[in-house]
Amino acid sequence: MEISLTINGKNYQREVDETKNLLHFLREDLGLTGTKEGCGAGECGACSVLLNGRPVNSCLVLAVEANNCEIRTVEGEAVNGELSDLQKALHKHHAVQCGFCTPGMIISIRALLEKNPQPDEPEIKQAIEGNLCRCTGYKQIIEAVLDLTGQLDQKEELTHA
Amino acid sequence: MSNSVVAPEQKEKQRAEAGLKYVGKNLERQEGIPKVKGQAIYIDDIQPEGCLYGRTVRSPEPRGEIVDIVFEPGIPWDEFVIVKPEDIPGENICAMIKNEIPFLADDEVKYKGEPLALIAHEDQQMVDRAINHITVKMKTDGYPAFFTIDEARSKQQVQYGEDNVLCSYQIEDGDLQAEFDKADLIVENHYKTKAQEHLYIEPQGIIAEVVPGEQVTVRGSLQCPYYITGALANLFAIDETSVRVIQTTTGGAFGGKEDYPSILAGHAALLSLKSGGRPVKMVYGREEDLLATTKRHPSDTTVRAAFDKQGKMLALEMDFALNGGAYPTLTSTVLSRGLLHSFGPYNWPAVNLQARAYMTNSTPFSAFRGFGAPQSIYALELLLNEAAEQLQLDPAELRRRNFLQPGDSMPTGQVIKEQIDLEQLMDRALEKIDYRRKKQEFAVFNRENDYKKRGISLATFFHGSGFTGDGEEKLASRAGVKISSENPLEILVANVEFGQGIHTGFVQIAAETCNLPPELIEVIEQDTDKVPNSGPTVASRSTMVVGRLVQDACEELVEELKNTAGLPDDFTTEDFLAASKNYLNSYGELYKEVQHHDPPEEQWDEENYRGSAYSGYAWSCDVVAVELDMIDYRVKITDFVSTVEAGQLINPDMAAGQIEGGIVQAIGYTLFENVVLEEGVMKNNHYADYIIPTAADVPSIDVEFIEFPLKNYGPYKAKGIGELPFDGPAPAIAGAVALALDKQFITLIPLLPETIHDTLSKLEETTDA
Ligand code: FES
Ligand code: FES
Repeated sequence: MEISLTINGKNYQREVDETKNLLHFLREDLGLTGTKEGCGAGECGACSVLLNGRPVNSCLVLAVEANNCEIRTVEGEAVNGELSDLQKALHKHHAVQCGFCTPGMIISIRALLEKNPQPDEPEIKQAIEGNLCRCTGYKQIIEAVLDLTGQLDQKEELTHA
Repeated sequence: MSNSVVAPEQKEKQRAEAGLKYVGKNLERQEGIPKVKGQAIYIDDIQPEGCLYGRTVRSPEPRGEIVDIVFEPGIPWDEFVIVKPEDIPGENICAMIKNEIPFLADDEVKYKGEPLALIAHEDQQMVDRAINHITVKMKTDGYPAFFTIDEARSKQQVQYGEDNVLCSYQIEDGDLQAEFDKADLIVENHYKTKAQEHLYIEPQGIIAEVVPGEQVTVRGSLQCPYYITGALANLFAIDETSVRVIQTTTGGAFGGKEDYPSILAGHAALLSLKSGGRPVKMVYGREEDLLATTKRHPSDTTVRAAFDKQGKMLALEMDFALNGGAYPTLTSTVLSRGLLHSFGPYNWPAVNLQARAYMTNSTPFSAFRGFGAPQSIYALELLLNEAAEQLQLDPAELRRRNFLQPGDSMPTGQVIKEQIDLEQLMDRALEKIDYRRKKQEFAVFNRENDYKKRGISLATFFHGSGFTGDGEEKLASRAGVKISSENPLEILVANVEFGQGIHTGFVQIAAETCNLPPELIEVIEQDTDKVPNSGPTVASRSTMVVGRLVQDACEELVEELKNTAGLPDDFTTEDFLAASKNYLNSYGELYKEVQHHDPPEEQWDEENYRGSAYSGYAWSCDVVAVELDMIDYRVKITDFVSTVEAGQLINPDMAAGQIEGGIVQAIGYTLFENVVLEEGVMKNNHYADYIIPTAADVPSIDVEFIEFPLKNYGPYKAKGIGELPFDGPAPAIAGAVALALDKQFITLIPLLPETIHDTLSKLEETTDA
């Protein structure tokens, strides 16, 4: 079936197998490999994308279901190669270790910030609850978001140095 | 190549006076920008032209003989590449420590899920369909299987050696009997821990391409490039230099990508060979990854210890056992490290510590962050809490009275040369969590509340950096640095970045030594055609051992520039760059490579298990407060403080990330992660049934580093910390839960709600009876 959709502001028209999920469509058909596959079963969040502004696990969405939709992936986060403030904050706070969860994490945080520009810690935790990270223990990710939203000074700053 | 040289005292002193410029700073991650942009290339992001997709035919039975592999009709099998053991050109043995793991089982199958044959096709959906149309017929009569340590110990069946023992070690020190005779208190208990899955978020994956008769090239998600060159050279009966291994960005590893990628690389390469040289991609789906790959060893430990009434530790006896699974893997080194951490940071006048790993028909267990130490430390630390209770001492007080001091010896005879101060380390953690006040308040709270109970406890522990004993000396790692026409400075090492931040650390070390801004330094990709063998990325060795090699190589390079290119003694960045340019113009590229040798004072006697087991130890204390819900038996961690001594930190924020991440994995190990083994294989092989901590489960973790004044051998006095944080949380949490339960001591993890419930019911039964 032929589908038409907007991804990171760019329009795509493609013939796609009706059984193909959105994740594989993005990765295999369009070469947008920033979105990752950690389980293919809706359990890890590595494949998160925004579908009409809502975060979804793209492994659970069929590509045909995204027909006429607007999709945003990690590749849409930096503008003209310049890191977004969110990307800068994650980088600065060492909130990225192996990086495999990062694209999905960025999408979930982006969705949160669009709804709620000053999320508190429980709200941040809730927003990324579906994004498993095995490396960081989440603390530096949460700190990055607090810093980005101007709230880190209220918290205890990292005292490691 | 030259020996690694210790920088002259003078230079060290000058540097210390000048203060460090790059080491100890929170430099941003080298590969951080491509990672946040989604541009880092992981193995599954690569799609070679004409690639085939491989799958593995696995044994349906835990033990038996293969009678037939039936390729059912309905699948165009003639389009497939199929590999069986007879297609193997070299030895069907994946060389690890003991050469006993076949790439494909040949005559006897030893565990369920063992690889038997391989198939590949260019259509991934086709190969995924085909794998379900293969039936393996097996003869299982006369091949009974067993799965547990108890069954292996019982010797009802013997499958390995004379007693199913894969390997064993012993440490004896002092006069055990005399110390036990003196005892006012003897405490004994029995502890068990279960398997744990690494659950790196990126599954295992390899792409192999073989030029028949010439070259094998492998790319993938892996920790140890040079383990794979060795394994494939043997498999293909070719020279190791004909095997090229290139690491792709690796999405977490934790020990799980230490040995397993050698097997997977062998599989993909065999399929490529059989196909006449097409690239073959094998990326496991999550279920297959959980089912087939190694896990943390289950353990079973009996501890018996003697104390006098002042709480002085007198003697420690331990029988530490691991379930090794069907093949030896890296089990012997895991067992050895477990044993060498089993006595804790305490002064024991006498010990008799035995360690054995047993062969069973379970999926082989192997390396996982901590490497046996979390299991033995769990047993010891919990026993100490029980002893403290009986001695009517606070558990912190019991530890305080027995901490190792500078000049003391460990039971291996290794003398503590560092100026350690474990009391300070523990006291700082107790103070931060407000231990005394919390303990009193919890006692009151617990009297007044039936439905919630609170507890607080601690663990003190150490973790050795680098290979055990003379392992580093034997490994003889090599690392190099280069001034090239492309880069002002290149670092050439085989140690991979899998998230731990080691490449950033190497850059900081080189920057410091060469007085060069980090942005001018390039870490060359881990491609065995390009980098020397600086050993595997394991054992908390990269910072301390390889970092030191990087420093030494830089020192030699600087010396060379001084001698031949006019670099002044006290040089600026500009001086370094000018001298490099001089050198390049006159002589071309400048490359310095150094090789590791153990410092002469660090000697190890493998036969008697005595001497310097590790040339550096990092020290830590975890203190944890919990709240236990008495209705659903869920444990909530309310406070977690960890104090850590790891020498000079190369990058404090990244070090904190290692500690926090390690603690969270260990919280999962202690409270949620339950590998259900059925016939030795992980039955709950889905994320949905194997719970790891999410952001919502994680307490706020307060990490504080302190530094003992000392002299150690690491680069700028740094030590390894990758594994340390895994060692303490399990006993600290279990100890806190025990206190919440009014000192009903916990002996088993994971502490699932049902485990706590069962423990309590059993205790009630025994009290009733
Ligand atoms: S890959 Fe989609 S949730 Fe894991
Ligand atoms: S950084 Fe590795 S999984 Fe999150």
